[in-house]
Amino acid sequence: MGEKLLMKGAEAIGEAAIRAGCRHFFGYPITPQNEAPAYMARRLPEVNGTFLQAESEVAAINMLYGCAAAGKRVITTSSSPGISLMQEGLSYIAGSELPVVVMNVVRGGPGLGDIAPAQGDYFQAVKGGGHGDYHLIVLAPSTVQESIDLMQLAFDLADKYRNPVMMLSDGLLGQMMEAVEFPGFVDIEKLPKKPWAADSMQGKRSRNLVNSFDLLPEGLEVMNKKMWAKYADVEKNEVKFEEVETADAEYIFVAYGTVARIIKTVIKDLRSKGHKVGLIRPITLYPFPKKQLLALAENPRVKFFLDIELSFGQMIEDVKLSTEFKKPVHFYGRQGGMLPEPNEISEVMLKLMKEAK
Amino acid sequence: MAQHELVAAGFGGQGIMMLGKLFAEAGVLEGNYATFLPSYGPAMRGGTANCAIVISNEPIASPVLPHPKVCVVMNLPSLKTFEPLVAPGGILIINSSLIKEKAKRTDIKTIYVPANEIAEKAGMTKAANIVILGIVVKATGAVKVESTKEAIKQTLGEAKAKYLPINLQVLDAGLNFDING
Amino acid sequence: MEQLNHMPTPLMDIPRSYCPGCTHGIIHRLVAEVIEEMDLLQKAIIVLPVGCSTLAVDYFAFDSVQSAHGRAPAVATGVKRALPDRFVMTYQGDGDLASIGAAEMVHAATRGELITTIFVNNGIYGMTGGQMAPTSLMGWKTETSPYGRTAQANGYPIRVSEMLAQLNGPAYIARTDVVSVPGINKTKAAIKKAFTAQIKGLGYSIVEILSTCPTNWGMTPVDALKRVKEETMKYYPLGEFKVAEGL
Repeated sequence: MGEKLLMKGAEAIGEAAIRAGCRHFFGYPITPQNEAPAYMARRLPEVNGTFLQAESEVAAINMLYGCAAAGKRVITTSSSPGISLMQEGLSYIAGSELPVVVMNVVRGGPGLGDIAPAQGDYFQAVKGGGHGDYHLIVLAPSTVQESIDLMQLAFDLADKYRNPVMMLSDGLLGQMMEAVEFPGFVDIEKLPKKPWAADSMQGKRSRNLVNSFDLLPEGLEVMNKKMWAKYADVEKNEVKFEEVETADAEYIFVAYGTVARIIKTVIKDLRSKGHKVGLIRPITLYPFPKKQLLALAENPRVKFFLDIELSFGQMIEDVKLSTEFKKPVHFYGRQGGMLPEPNEISEVMLKLMKEAK
Repeated sequence: MAQHELVAAGFGGQGIMMLGKLFAEAGVLEGNYATFLPSYGPAMRGGTANCAIVISNEPIASPVLPHPKVCVVMNLPSLKTFEPLVAPGGILIINSSLIKEKAKRTDIKTIYVPANEIAEKAGMTKAANIVILGIVVKATGAVKVESTKEAIKQTLGEAKAKYLPINLQVLDAGLNFDING
Repeated sequence: MEQLNHMPTPLMDIPRSYCPGCTHGIIHRLVAEVIEEMDLLQKAIIVLPVGCSTLAVDYFAFDSVQSAHGRAPAVATGVKRALPDRFVMTYQGDGDLASIGAAEMVHAATRGELITTIFVNNGIYGMTGGQMAPTSLMGWKTETSPYGRTAQANGYPIRVSEMLAQLNGPAYIARTDVVSVPGINKTKAAIKKAFTAQIKGLGYSIVEILSTCPTNWGMTPVDALKRVKEETMKYYPLGEFKVAEGL
């Protein structure tokens, strides 16, 4: 770790990607993440990397497809409407088992929406988004520092499982500046080899084919079974979450990303008044921390969960499924970039606590 | 160290963002955690600009400050918007060069600073934001004067190093202002 | 008996599943012959699109990347930017390239992306069963223009080569045919020039090859060849539209 720097979220993720061994960026302008491509356009030439502004998000994601097929670490950053356009490509990338990293700096929607922080793309990110039976691995940082730390993991997971990884951020994390420390540079030469890559035969092997296509039903099922075996490993090995004050908590908040930060302020406030509240913050949205939520739901001490989102209820479905309806799961959400204030959330929690008694 | 909070607001072009960044940067130079959250989008062009800064020696929970402990307002619309939001017992710093109205609240400390006049007298008309930075540093004690000067030096960089002495002069003018007067 | 010719090494020696009379087989072979003659096999990567040519994932004996409909030029851009010293090509039909992939094609061309496109133009969607293409000629009856293509309903067929020739990025643009022996020979020469443009780093290159689709045209293979000579070539003149200096 080096010294602390005050850096904008969107720029920090660019630097973090470079340090994680990524030298290729393809993207298309969209607010609120334009600082990321601008940073990469300046920075990548300094490390012999490639920056290319594509003609559309559709083209950008397919450039990622080609670059990953050729065996290189590659990233794009975009925001909700742009990510929608990338769903076709993401489906092909998942089907062809290619490692890419895609950053979604989520803004308000649907449609043109607005450019304020939102969490309305949870379903799109976690439940597939594009056509077909596949998963993205989804990481949700809640600070600029965590965006940096998870970037390395994002590339490693993408390579390990040959699967697209999405970093689900939001406009607030992209636009804010925060004191951060960067890890050192990954030695690209020492990254695991990719013998499957279509990087040309070079007189060393027979041909490689990067492909998501098999006209024979029995063939396609085999391909998809292989992918789902991989997802089983992902669910077993890669769950990440943070627990705050859950050891004695009777009332558990569930929140991710920016919202979880606000909840931490709420917890301090409620704890100071003697209320036993805690937070479980999924860091991986897929794989979801199902077991940890179930364990809390099965604990007789825990009275209920309160899921808070910048949507009108998406992650709550996974919270309910994970807790197997063993405890009530309440919900509070704001929309359109209206961030809930700590007092507002405290009041919701206090009211629910009163009703539960 | 308590958590220090600042919201600064004014017209675009008054150097509001720079004021906030310098404050946060000074905090970082002392090894603290800091967040700087700008208002952005359409608000960046022509309208009001504001930013929220948190400095702490512990990891910062929410960077959003609905009720900041310290608030700077550089124009009248910002006074109207932010006066009601300041935390009870907090500080409201008002640029009295541009705001002729007085604050109504009695449960907060108000500091009236003729920042434009002070900046002009100190030799740089446009640097009212640096005067206010001096006031913020003095009123909060969140960061040291030396760190603030270093933040200004680093932000100007070598390309604009010639503006450093005048900026420091303006900062000193702010620091010398009697905030209890 | 003496074998006078062999299957070029860049092609898999297996039966093709194209329809009888389809010209994809000829074009595959020409591409393979040129790759072999120019010794590009070991550094070649082909990007295959969606359409009949998706079937080619089984036919080229060198690294292949199958891509989404129309996106091959973007995918090839990603491959080439990752590995600038490799030989990278796309092989696309007219629905893929001129309709859904129009943006990707135009922008790869104007960037002067160092890739080569083999553009197989038979004026119809083959794989999906004979729908109207952006290149279908006026009056052509297809599944989705059952009363014939009209200007009022469908607008006019796109002349891709002429359109791309307006751009600065392409180094080589030619339109050829594979409906006669001289046409086939000229096509091979054009493919060679296009590949050379890439190897020499001169810019984007594309060979538009007028071809047939007997099945979806509802014609015998011989009548289909005749149609190209009598109709297609009149709207799509053969020739070189751009030849960069140094070719």
